[in-house]
This record gives sequence, C-alpha cells and structure tokens, in this order.
Amino acid sequence: MNLSLAGFQDAFISALYGKNPEALPVLTEQAGFLVYRNTVMKGACDALLANFPTIERLVGSEWLQATAAVYVRQSPPTDARLLNYGQGFPDFLDAFEHARDLPYLGNVARLDLLWNEVHGACDEPRLDVSTFAAINPGQLASIRLKPRAAARWQWFAGQPAYTLWRCNREHNDVPADLRWVGEGALLSRSTGAITWQALSIGECAFLDACAAGETLEQAAEKAEQAQPDLDLTNMLGRLIAADVFAAQ
Amino acid sequence: MKTSTQMGAGLGLKAEHYEQALDCTVSGLWFEVHPENYMVDGGPRLAWLEAIGSRHPLSLHGVSLSLAADCAPDMQHLQRLKALADRVQPALMSEHLAWSTWRGQYHPDLLPFPRTHEALQRIANNIDCTQNTLGRRIAIENPTHYLKLDGHDWSELDFLAELNRRTGCGLLLDVNNVFISAHNQGFNAATYLDAFPAEAVMEIHLAGHTQDPGDSGLLIDSHDSPIADGVWSLYQRLIKRIGARPTLIERDDQIPPFDQLLAERNRAQAVLLEITR
Repeated sequence: MNLSLAGFQDAFISALYGKNPEALPVLTEQAGFLVYRNTVMKGACDALLANFPTIERLVGSEWLQATAAVYVRQSPPTDARLLNYGQGFPDFLDAFEHARDLPYLGNVARLDLLWNEVHGACDEPRLDVSTFAAINPGQLASIRLKPRAAARWQWFAGQPAYTLWRCNREHNDVPADLRWVGEGALLSRSTGAITWQALSIGECAFLDACAAGETLEQAAEKAEQAQPDLDLTNMLGRLIAADVFAAQ
Repeated sequence: MKTSTQMGAGLGLKAEHYEQALDCTVSGLWFEVHPENYMVDGGPRLAWLEAIGSRHPLSLHGVSLSLAADCAPDMQHLQRLKALADRVQPALMSEHLAWSTWRGQYHPDLLPFPRTHEALQRIANNIDCTQNTLGRRIAIENPTHYLKLDGHDWSELDFLAELNRRTGCGLLLDVNNVFISAHNQGFNAATYLDAFPAEAVMEIHLAGHTQDPGDSGLLIDSHDSPIADGVWSLYQRLIKRIGARPTLIERDDQIPPFDQLLAERNRAQAVLLEITR
C-alpha cells in the first residue's frame, strides 16, 4: 500500500460506503473494517433519531432506523455539528416510497427541526407587554416588530401537521375526530423552556411579514388578506405573551 | 469560568446529570464535553455548560477537527470552537489523532491512517494551525486500533512524541485505547505505556469496552460499561511512573445514575491521591 495520505483517504471512504470494496482489500478483508463501517453508520443514524423524536414515536424505532440508514447513505452529514443533521430529512420523507401512506411525516419532521432551531437559537431580550403598551399610538402603525431567533412558525396547508406533531411530542393520543385541514404552529423559547401553540393562517402571514421587516400596519394588512376575520388585538397579545418579539 | 491547578478525576458531562453535576462538591472534580454538542448560538444547552463551568473546571474534548485528514482544518469549525472556548474558558482542550471529515462529508468516527512522514507533516501543520487559532495548547489523544495498516514510517509512540516536539502540543493518554489496541493488534500494553512520553501527558482517559458480538475476537471502544480491571491495573502502574494527571472517566452509552459514575470517578481520584500523599 503505497498511497499518498489523500489517496488512502479517498480509498478508505470509498470502501467504507461499499462503493469500491476493492479499493483497499488489505483492510476490507479484516474484521476490524466492519467496526468503522458500523460506527460511522450508527453515529449518523443515532443523530438523526435524536433530532426527530416525534417521527420515532409515530413510526417506531425499527422503521425509523431502517429509513435513517437509507437517508444516511444518500445524504451523509456534511457538518460535524450533528445537532443540525437532517435538514433534508423532511423532503426525503415527502418523497420516500415507503412513507406514501404517511404523507404528513415530512411536515411532522419539519416541526422537529423547528424545535431544534428554537432550542439552540441565540438569547435575545424580549419585547414585554408593558413596553408594547407604552408605545405612542400615533407611532404604532409604523413600528417594526422583529421576531426573536428563538421563535419559529410555519403554516402547513391541507394537513393537521401541528396536532399530529403535538400529540406525539406530548405522548398523547391523536383525537379520533381529527379534521384533515391545514394548521399552523408557533414554537418559542423563553427562560429556557420551549412552548408551542397553534397559529391560524393569518397569524402565520403576520409573522412572515414581520420577519421580512414590514411595518405593523403592513403586516396587519397581509394578515387580514390571508384571514379576513382575524382578531388582531387578540393575536398581538398572544404573540407578545409567547415572547415572540425582540425588545425594540 | 473556573480553572484549577488541582484537577483530579473528572467525568464526562451528560445532559441527564446536569443538576447533580452542578451541585456536586467533591474535591478535584471537573467535567468534559464534546464541544460539537455545544456549538449553538444560545439556549439552555449553553446556559447549563456555563453554569457548570462557573463551579467546576471544564475540558473541551473535540471529536471532529479531523487533524489527520490531508487538508487544512475547516476554519469555520475552528472559529466556532474558539468562540466556545472563549466563552467557557476551559482548563483543557483536546482532539484525536484521527480523521473524520473528508471532501466535504463528515463521517462520525475516528478513522485510521498510515503514520507516514507525509502524514506527520500534515498533522503537525494542522495542530499548529489549531493552536494558533485557539491561542491555546491542545492535547492529542492516542487512537483505538481495529486494523492492521501497512506503510507506517513511524511507530505510534515516536509519532506522538514527534508531534509534541514539533508543535508543543500535549498528549492525552487514553489507557483504555491502549488496552484495546494491544489486544486487537497483539502488542504489550504495559510496555507501550512504560515508553509513553510522560512529560507531555496533559490528561488521561479511562473507559469501558466490550467484546465484538461477532466472532472477530476484537475489543470495541464502546464507552458503555464500567472500566475493566485490566485497565485499572495499567492506570495505577502509569500513575506510579508519571505522577498525578487530570483523569477522565468516559461514559457515552448505557449511562448509569450519576452516583454510580461518581463512585467510579472516586476510585480514580483515590489512585491520584495515593501518589501525591
């Protein structure tokens, strides 16, 4: 074996993933090679299972282990921060042939990803209700509310993804009378704990507009376009109470 | 931040033990974490680490710098490591004599390589780059071996000593890795340890291992069981020769209650105390 270091590493990886088992026959014929193969696969699969606990509860460990093994071969980690591994897993689940009967898995996985993002997001002072109440009413329309990094939300059209995620995340049964309609979700972190609640389509549109830097007036317009019957005052109270916005 | 010149035996920090770790007041205790698990922008994970760091010395033990890959360290990753170190001010930092990232993909393991002159130069450069970026000395850990590789220009002991000489890095001596490698490759662990460059040892690791469930006869560095008696004997012999060094009990799987880990840690502490008495 007179390979350069880079040549050795190319051959080792190729053999590790079984792409070219003849690359390093002296090594692949040894029982010890399997230790590396198993450890690499287990490390990536374990990270995926840890990052998608709700998916594991929905489909069981065995199914997810097998699915994770397919995903890992297709999309090995590119970042040593395995806490972030699986960014493409929701899209993978959407397209995964063996998950066709579970078309909501991708969206439930998206909510697990949001949970992870909220958990590790930067710490920022929050806008509290008294500060908001003290804003001069004449200036209210033109203020820009900036969502904190530790607040994430998403609207899921056509699927009760939030209810499915919440019930499984909280280890409860999914209601028997679950309505198959779109749902939105808000996850936010304040003082270390992550909380979640349902959001309407108008509320999601409002937060999208805030995140895009629009004024309160513009964001409210977007929200009302998406949902004409939206109660803006009630929405603002709920969002501020959930520590969604950064201090001004 | 808490640093201490009196680091005795420490424990790998587990999330399920945060509160007990924070409250534990035994003398000489310190905690080690994999920095990759704390490379986040904020939130409870970092808050816990900072809280524990305010009461106990910390060690950042990296698993992914991939120093033995034939490329320069990922500077973004190194900057993240520096930011974490600047934030929690660890008493010790360490990495492995191994590679894991290659051509943009991360393979979560500590992969082997032939100890050639070329590899030595590359790794020395990578350690220099790491130490210069961090502004800290790091310790390099001896790996566990499962394969017989051809093409070595250097013995492992000479390779490690030369890295120490060229870069000023310290060494992290994992006694369990030596025990496993000696078994898997058929050399004498005590002879290896007797020749290990004593002056350079900044930290020692102890851990449990298991027999490969197949018929390979290999021992696996599984970190999922108590430390084996043979590893304890080697550790006592080592400490008698080189004196007390910060010693970590590693446990990464089948995590027992905190008190059980602490009892194992206290056994190491007793070995260290005996030599300093």
